[in-house]
Amino acid sequence: MHVAIILLIVTIGTVLFHVLSPWWMAPIASNWHFIDTTIILTFWITGLVFIAILLFMAYCAVRYRHREGRRAAYEPENKKLEIWLTAGTSLGVVALLTPGLFAWSQFNTPPDDALEVEVLGEQWSWSFRHPGEDGALGMASTHRINSGNPFGLDPDDSAGQDDILIHGNELYVLADQPVKFLLRSKDVIHNFKVPQFRAKLDMVPGMVTSFWVVPTRVGEYDILCAELCGVGHYAMRGRIVVVEDEDEYIAWLQTHQTFADSMEPAEPTEPVELEDQLVAEGQRLAEERGCLACHSLDGRAGVGPTWKGLFESTVALVDGSTVVADEDYLKESILEPSAKVTEGFQPIMPAFDFSDEQLDAVIAYIKTLE
Amino acid sequence: MAHSPYDEIETVPPAEVAEEELYHPHSFITRWVFCQDAKVIAIQYAITAMAIGLFALVLSWLMRLQLGFPEQFAFIDPPDYLQLITMHGMIMVIYFLTALLLGGFGNYLIPLMLGARDMVFPYINMLSFWFFFLAVLVLMASMFVPGGATGAGWTLYPPQSILAGTPGSEGGIILMLVSLILFIAGITMGGLNYVVTVLQGRARGMTLMRMPLTIWGIFVASILALFAFPALFVAGVMLLFDMLLGTSFFMPSLVSFGQQMDYDGGSPLLFQHLFWFFGHPEVYIVALPAFGIVSELISVHARKNIFGFRMMVWAIVAIGVLSFVVWAHHMYVSGMNPVFGYFFATTTLIIAIPTAIKVYNWVLTLWRGDIHFTVPMLFAIGFIVTFLNGGISGLFLGNVAVAVPLSDTMFVVAHFHMVMGLAPVLVIFGAIYHWYPLITGRMLDDTIGKTHFWITFLGGYAIFLPLHYLGLMGVPRRYFELQVAQMEFIPQSVETLNAFVTVTALVVGAAQFLFFFNLAWSYFKGKPAGQNPWGATTLEWQTPEVPPSHGNWGSERPVVYRWAYDYSVPGVEQDFIPQNLPPDRLAGDMGRDSPEGRGA
Repeated sequence: MHVAIILLIVTIGTVLFHVLSPWWMAPIASNWHFIDTTIILTFWITGLVFIAILLFMAYCAVRYRHREGRRAAYEPENKKLEIWLTAGTSLGVVALLTPGLFAWSQFNTPPDDALEVEVLGEQWSWSFRHPGEDGALGMASTHRINSGNPFGLDPDDSAGQDDILIHGNELYVLADQPVKFLLRSKDVIHNFKVPQFRAKLDMVPGMVTSFWVVPTRVGEYDILCAELCGVGHYAMRGRIVVVEDEDEYIAWLQTHQTFADSMEPAEPTEPVELEDQLVAEGQRLAEERGCLACHSLDGRAGVGPTWKGLFESTVALVDGSTVVADEDYLKESILEPSAKVTEGFQPIMPAFDFSDEQLDAVIAYIKTLE
Repeated sequence: MAHSPYDEIETVPPAEVAEEELYHPHSFITRWVFCQDAKVIAIQYAITAMAIGLFALVLSWLMRLQLGFPEQFAFIDPPDYLQLITMHGMIMVIYFLTALLLGGFGNYLIPLMLGARDMVFPYINMLSFWFFFLAVLVLMASMFVPGGATGAGWTLYPPQSILAGTPGSEGGIILMLVSLILFIAGITMGGLNYVVTVLQGRARGMTLMRMPLTIWGIFVASILALFAFPALFVAGVMLLFDMLLGTSFFMPSLVSFGQQMDYDGGSPLLFQHLFWFFGHPEVYIVALPAFGIVSELISVHARKNIFGFRMMVWAIVAIGVLSFVVWAHHMYVSGMNPVFGYFFATTTLIIAIPTAIKVYNWVLTLWRGDIHFTVPMLFAIGFIVTFLNGGISGLFLGNVAVAVPLSDTMFVVAHFHMVMGLAPVLVIFGAIYHWYPLITGRMLDDTIGKTHFWITFLGGYAIFLPLHYLGLMGVPRRYFELQVAQMEFIPQSVETLNAFVTVTALVVGAAQFLFFFNLAWSYFKGKPAGQNPWGATTLEWQTPEVPPSHGNWGSERPVVYRWAYDYSVPGVEQDFIPQNLPPDRLAGDMGRDSPEGRGA
């Protein structure tokens, strides 16, 4: 008897949890209502089957429990019942699959007037590329990526000259304007996800993948990486800002450089003392070992703290203490990055097994970045 | 066919198999260590798999501590967390579930339930275990190399699994792949053995349609393993080449931490196709033996024939075949050609039909039965509930467009833990409570067993049900820390829920020690089981000695006269008829002189 009661409690508890739980789909902010509708439909169909089967089990647990003298019926097969159940299940499957495939077909049919925006993922940050005035993205290739050309654009492609390069994990889009995101990754597989948009897709190195969406609700939303991409996966986040006002959008776009501008030789404002062999070696190491992928030279906070003005500065740590960034601190932070983590950053830097000479070189280079 | 016992018992079955020559052990080493007796190998497999499974359970506690109480356990940092989830997942799926169900239950039950004296290839059977054991050692060793075990996730997707930025990319990943390769070598030897034994080693009269569903499940699962594991094998070898020899099977040109790598032209998606061509059948390699075993438990303890036996067999076969054409439903958002989505969504939802039929038939076996709520029966009922729940969430994830928002979220975690974690584990427990008396000659303690069941079933359900709703909200999986305060779409209450799930997980985990205590205590102090304590029809309970000795059957192998589910046959006094009871003894004086000692 108690088995039946507990089965009943499980059934009612599951239904109550479903109805009363405060945890539910994040409010939608895109055109993919049809996906939500299909989810709700699936809940109804499968929920009824779940309840029916559990209640039937509870009934059996009471009615056919062992008592003195009870004997089970002998009925190996019941063709009629089996056929009915198979047919009913098939019908349910068709009812689920039809709207599902219909939604999938919509999902893969971007409208012609969708604005193409590139999303570029790398461990563990986002950048974006807007096609600029000509509305066309220029050619890009992983082989061309270097610190001066982080998107790997082809300098000879005229379509790419006016492409607007957006660093810093934040993207603006216009409400009610269809956007087709072209997804690219520099290193490993990432996944571009905005929960309120419902749509998401992997970003695969060596491929360009894409999905489309119409943002329908003004607001700011989180961008998350949804495909495991290494220790910083959980910290690979960004913001997407949906605005209604076109002027605001254009003003935001104008705060970013075009590709052509970014390739202008920079003013030698902070000449690095390249005569010094050690500094040159440090700079080479910093570029080759990827330090600069996370640590900027211009004061901007990236995945890690900037190197500009780092030496001899006072650094606040996550545990609330402070430390002066002297040579010992820098060495420790390279060899054992998790020992003293800077406030506001994640403990995700991999340890680097630099030799003493290499450490000296990198630190000499950091010292020059005042 | 087998649906009526009276059609067939008149035919005296032809001799199909000659008497085997048995290998006999000569020393302690050949009897207990390098042993060729399938029953001993089964125990070796089971103990190794349960030991490593227990280790993986402890890993899950650490993981849950981090998720439930972020920032309070400073000894868990992001690389540790990824290593925890990777090792937990890989161990549970491969080294625990697959090894225990095929190597453990397969070895113990196949010869006994078929009336064979041993496996067809006992020496290969022994090698199979030692390859498995070696694989476990290498896996453990991977935690002690510089950089530690791999933290690439159990799916090991390149490029990240072999690049800096993922823990264990120095050496852990190499040992993980080597361990998998060893495991596959072992499971291939075992699998061939199980398949050939089922095809060639059955007793006289044991037609395929008289085989118990347990054997059907293990048989088809072994065939799946033989076809599926090679895909993982080649993927592992190719990934090792990419890492050690600089080939580019899976590696396109890429820039890792600012550094141009030497790779070019490879396809990360190719790995995913190979992985899931293995990975999806793997789900059924675990599920089919569980399906078979649970059919046995329900039928025996409800004293009723399994409902729709032939349909059950064909459902196992259909699921086995279909399981090879659904793999890319794990890849709906991988960037593969979206046209595949239509095909794989359709096949995936079709596989739900035979699976649903199995659920109906288990429930319909209870219907009009004589249900004894023994511990194995309780676990079987728990299995139906969790499997049904997990199967239902599978209908969300299989339906391509619906899967888009749910993939890579906690919904997926909840789904596969319900359907492939909790459900098969409940079957394993039920099966151990059921067959422990045969293996040891003693019953497991009933009170401890029931306590263990209720905590595990209700607790497990309470852990995984709420996680679906986190996933629905969009909470991603494999996140070291959610940083709820910074993420607008996640309400503060999620922290409370995560803490609740963690506490429940710790309690349920701790309750498993009740089970291990029961195993140990009952071995010495348990109630003597006698012969056939559950009143089962199948052959393993009809051996001349309990526990069965080397060679299983004494001087003569049994002859089978009927299907495995003659329970409560009208006109027969006793409510079960063993498969090897000759019809003349049945016709003479029904059931009176059958084996005694039929218990509750």
